[in-house]
Amino acid sequence: MPLLIKGGRVIDPANKIDGIFDVLVDDGKIIEVLPHASRLTPHAEIIDASGNIVVPGLIDIHVHLREPGYEWKETIKTGTAAAVSGGFTSVVCMANTDPVNDEPSITEYILRKAKTEGLCNVFPIGAISKGLKGEVLANIGELKEAGCVAVSDDGRPVMNADLMRRALEYTSNFGLTVISHAEDLTLARGGAMNEGVTATRLGLKGIPNAAEDVMVARDIALAELTGARLHIAHVSTKGAVRIIRNAKARGAKVTAETAPHYFTLTEEAVEGYNTSAKMSPPLRTKEDVDAIKEGLRDGTLDCIATDHAPHDPDSKDVEFPSAANGIVGLETSLPLTLRLVEEGVLTLSQAIERMTVNPAKALGLNKGILSVGADADITIIDLNEEWDVEPAKLKSKSRNTPFAGWKMKGRVMATIVGGKRIVYSILKA
Amino acid sequence: MGLSKKDILDIESLSADEIRLILESAESFKEVLGRDIKKVPTLRGKTVINLFFEASTRTRTSFEIAAKRLSADTINISASASSVQKGETLSDTVRNIEAMNSDVIIIRHPASGAPHFIAKRLKASVVNAGDGAHEHPSQALLDMLTIKEKKGKIEGLKVSIIGDIAHSRVARSNIHGLTKMGAKVVLYGPKTLMPKGIENIVGAYGDTPLHIANSMEEALKNADVVMMLRIQLERQGQSLFPSVREYSRFFGLNGRNISLAKEDAIIMHPGPMNRGVEISSEVADGARSVILGQVNNGIAVRMAMLYLLAGGHKEAVTSQESGVRS
Repeated sequence: MPLLIKGGRVIDPANKIDGIFDVLVDDGKIIEVLPHASRLTPHAEIIDASGNIVVPGLIDIHVHLREPGYEWKETIKTGTAAAVSGGFTSVVCMANTDPVNDEPSITEYILRKAKTEGLCNVFPIGAISKGLKGEVLANIGELKEAGCVAVSDDGRPVMNADLMRRALEYTSNFGLTVISHAEDLTLARGGAMNEGVTATRLGLKGIPNAAEDVMVARDIALAELTGARLHIAHVSTKGAVRIIRNAKARGAKVTAETAPHYFTLTEEAVEGYNTSAKMSPPLRTKEDVDAIKEGLRDGTLDCIATDHAPHDPDSKDVEFPSAANGIVGLETSLPLTLRLVEEGVLTLSQAIERMTVNPAKALGLNKGILSVGADADITIIDLNEEWDVEPAKLKSKSRNTPFAGWKMKGRVMATIVGGKRIVYSILKA
Repeated sequence: MGLSKKDILDIESLSADEIRLILESAESFKEVLGRDIKKVPTLRGKTVINLFFEASTRTRTSFEIAAKRLSADTINISASASSVQKGETLSDTVRNIEAMNSDVIIIRHPASGAPHFIAKRLKASVVNAGDGAHEHPSQALLDMLTIKEKKGKIEGLKVSIIGDIAHSRVARSNIHGLTKMGAKVVLYGPKTLMPKGIENIVGAYGDTPLHIANSMEEALKNADVVMMLRIQLERQGQSLFPSVREYSRFFGLNGRNISLAKEDAIIMHPGPMNRGVEISSEVADGARSVILGQVNNGIAVRMAMLYLLAGGHKEAVTSQESGVRS
């Protein structure tokens, strides 16, 4: 049955559209984006989107779905439920599962599970190196064939510079992007939080900004050497923003993402040994937060991605240095990004762009746009609805969020994946 | 006035008045320790558990003697040798111990913040006996008691803390305590062992950042108190300093450079000392050294801490004419 989304403010940054339109969808594709009050399709199911915005389905290119291997933290089923509840119609999942996604059989397993149990599109990322060990390349060609859309050893940096060079060269044969978790482990020294006055006061081992900066610089140099496509994951430092900005000005083929927590929180969130604020890279200082915002504003940072990293209570309810890194992000990403619109850092259209078409472009996904004939992945958002973050109500299997109790403004009303299905909807019928 | 706190987790969260109260109580208990019968019934019927996840002789023994002098039942648990190796979590270990109805748990743990972690989960009082590189409150309190006794005051003194500041919980506790009590704290050590932002850790209450000296000479010059920190010899392999020989030459306290300090300066060290490394025997055993006095004051200070947490009632002072205020 056709679906008609009526009367919403359609924001489609890729087509530079911002206005009241009706969107007609059929057979999983966008049929037409019509001016308001034009002809009606007789048999269509109708969603009244008036008062809401209608945008391309959000895309998160940095998610840990934890399946296979860590199903007690998250599964493809619960992770995609969290995704659609947060407005995401596509998620790209990292390779650090158990077994690692370094063989086509694992990629196929993930895609099969996603097809039967997933609520949104799932695109796997393959490993750069076998077992994420940083020693020898994984079978990158076969991973691409099996359905991987990029390669990354995320969670672990590729410390061997020559291996990273070979990864960039070899991957470019297959048209894939290499995603870098940029952190020099010799500088990070197993630290637990950002290096600085808070870490010193709390007696915790610090990770300096330079651990990220030098690795971003190294990987950009290697990308320029090889001419390959590089994407920098979860940028957290002022220095990394500056280095990426300069590289882009030179024409380097580099894209970059940051996560909502890096433009929302500072290292002070760790106060009281709060393990919900422990992540890698660590939360930095206000100066870094300001630089991240500026990087998002001027386009140095192309995308917002969550680094959704679910962990069970046993991994977090321990002494700080032993606690696992990471927070869940899928269900809070949109309202945290909308805060940047309220603050005047981004226009609404820019915010949507950095959560849709830009991440799609970074990995070459044919998504994030509402053109006629495009996949009908659509998110409907009420910009004004306020809600409280209650961890117990999150759809993710894990509740490790530093935003518990936060007041959020802006809520996903419906998520439409592949046209027919309204996988998540709190809109009144 | 009493100590209206369940726990003593760090000096940073104590007010100057609370520090003063603990030091004054300790002075009263010191008088008890000088008697023939060195015991008071203050904590009779209370259970104090020493829960040590790191090896320690001095601090554990000192807390144990302090609890026994107050007539508490004391139990020592050396956790690294028991359940923890079997994979039990800290919160389970602690829940088990609480099920034993203890009143005070004294904890030492290699993870910074471990005492705060258990304090949130326990009804019993928690005393931090050293957590990672964070704080070691009883050590700083006994150091302050020693300084007060020897110099008659703390306010206005130049106290130089020298050595491995980065890994030292003693340094952090003393920085907070001494600054709150009005001393001028100066820090010195190799830059590799001077943690980022240390000069600003008193930012929440200090008027000005701490001073980091540019040389050993500047650190020692006109100091009233010189506090040398232990260097961990195994750090040689981490390129934090090239060798023990070089460390002792450029960062050690010896018979020559000590003359830069005030003539009546006192020399402190939290122990255990590396003789010939951070401090020469000549200085450690010299007339200005108060290192053994520090150990003795440790018992009195820990009695005061336990008393103020677990006793804290007027009648508990009983036979002491000296009158610890409650």
